[in-house]
Amino acid sequence: MLRIPCPHCGERDETEFEYGGQAGVAYPEDSAVLDDRAWSEYLFYRDNPRGWFCERWFHTAGCRQWFVVERHTVTDEIAGPPRADFTAKRRT
Amino acid sequence: MRISDRPAPPSLLWRDAEPGRAYDVVVVGGGGHGLATAYYLAKHHGIANVAVLERGWLAGGNMARNTTIIRSNYLWDESARIYEYSLKLWEGLEDELDCEILFSQRGVLNLAHSLGDVRESKRRVNANQLNGIDAQWVGPEEVGKLVPILDVTDRPRYPVLGATYQPRAGIAKHDYVAWGYARAADALGVDIVQNCEVRGFETSGNRVVAVNTSRGRIGLDRLALCAAGHSSGLAADLGVRLPLQSHPLQALVSELLEPVLDTVVMSNAVHVYVSQAHKGELVMGAGVDAYVGYGQRGSLHVIEEQLAAAVELFPIFARAHVLRTWAGIVDVTPDASPIVGHLPYDNAYINCGWGTGGFKATPGIGSVYADTIAAGRPHDLALPYALDRFATGRLIDEHGAAAVAH
Repeated sequence: MLRIPCPHCGERDETEFEYGGQAGVAYPEDSAVLDDRAWSEYLFYRDNPRGWFCERWFHTAGCRQWFVVERHTVTDEIAGPPRADFTAKRRT
Repeated sequence: MRISDRPAPPSLLWRDAEPGRAYDVVVVGGGGHGLATAYYLAKHHGIANVAVLERGWLAGGNMARNTTIIRSNYLWDESARIYEYSLKLWEGLEDELDCEILFSQRGVLNLAHSLGDVRESKRRVNANQLNGIDAQWVGPEEVGKLVPILDVTDRPRYPVLGATYQPRAGIAKHDYVAWGYARAADALGVDIVQNCEVRGFETSGNRVVAVNTSRGRIGLDRLALCAAGHSSGLAADLGVRLPLQSHPLQALVSELLEPVLDTVVMSNAVHVYVSQAHKGELVMGAGVDAYVGYGQRGSLHVIEEQLAAAVELFPIFARAHVLRTWAGIVDVTPDASPIVGHLPYDNAYINCGWGTGGFKATPGIGSVYADTIAAGRPHDLALPYALDRFATGRLIDEHGAAAVAH
């Protein structure tokens, strides 16, 4: 089981959290002008790296806040402290 | 069946080929799909100058990690067609490969535990029947007759209200399937190259001309990716982005037990699927871990939840022991349906996104993918699974029938 460091509550079991996928995916600024391909990219395409990955977690059973964790998808190692900024980009 | 009754593996398996300089088709990925694709290329299309490149050892990825369930009771026409096509090939596969694969059509029950489940299940049965698939709705009493050890009383928190039943569904021994395809493909001249990791591609204009591997450069006329959970990375090397997320999907087996279960039982709602393998172990599948992961292991709480569900449905299982757990890396698409067809190159093809349903599709997709590659256009059964459906919106939503919540 993963141990997820919540920036507000500290490190807790993964079962207290829900997964939110890739971090830093912003809603399109001018959504009215997007073509089908650009909409598709926003809706369906996410990074799927074998390595370091910035991802969102939601502390369902704790502070009920979203935050960002940088985790290695092979080793499950977590890099550095978690961040409450969810536009955050990778540091590694 | 006792252990001593199992057929021994065939004595001649396959040559451990050295990589050649160039091939008509290079298949990347030596799992079930890759091996089946190579076999059908050689058998049906006369293209035997084929290499199957495998990073590790043959069929050591998801082909060794699945729960071997075979069925075709999917909801939508597109899915029903390809899975039923595959099931029909399974029915003749032992003769086709001249190899015992322990294919056992013992039937599958997909349990319903709520009014919503019942309605959804009956809808699926109706859709299946319209597609000529042998699905039927059975009530709790019949479920109890088919599987006496299943608790069909109103004791469980989520009682069994009925099930869909597909009698032609079943299981097969996954290793024998891989070995059967490998042996037959090898006999037709296909090179199976193990310990050969793909590290990049050479392109020229709109063509892929070679693949660079840990064992050198290999030229190619056509490229066929078949790498399941590792497809994203390979496609990225070609500058192509795929709508995939790779997750760990866990499974486990018990110790060997006397025969107690001769039907495959699946439950989406409480989430477990179980069969008893020929040599006696209970084979159970869990849900996918929520996060992206490539480590071939998942979180223990997923196993705990799965075992709780199994014991709730089958009280007799409380005395069994878990012998071994593991995970495979499944590539999941947004609509829980695969991606099959052209990559944006003239001579490159992709087969991926089977998520939790790849094993049962092995013969079907092998045949369909080989035809697609040989003819340079999508086979009719592959046509709905083109990558562009995520832009056109023609999704094939099989989250309901895919059996594993994701």
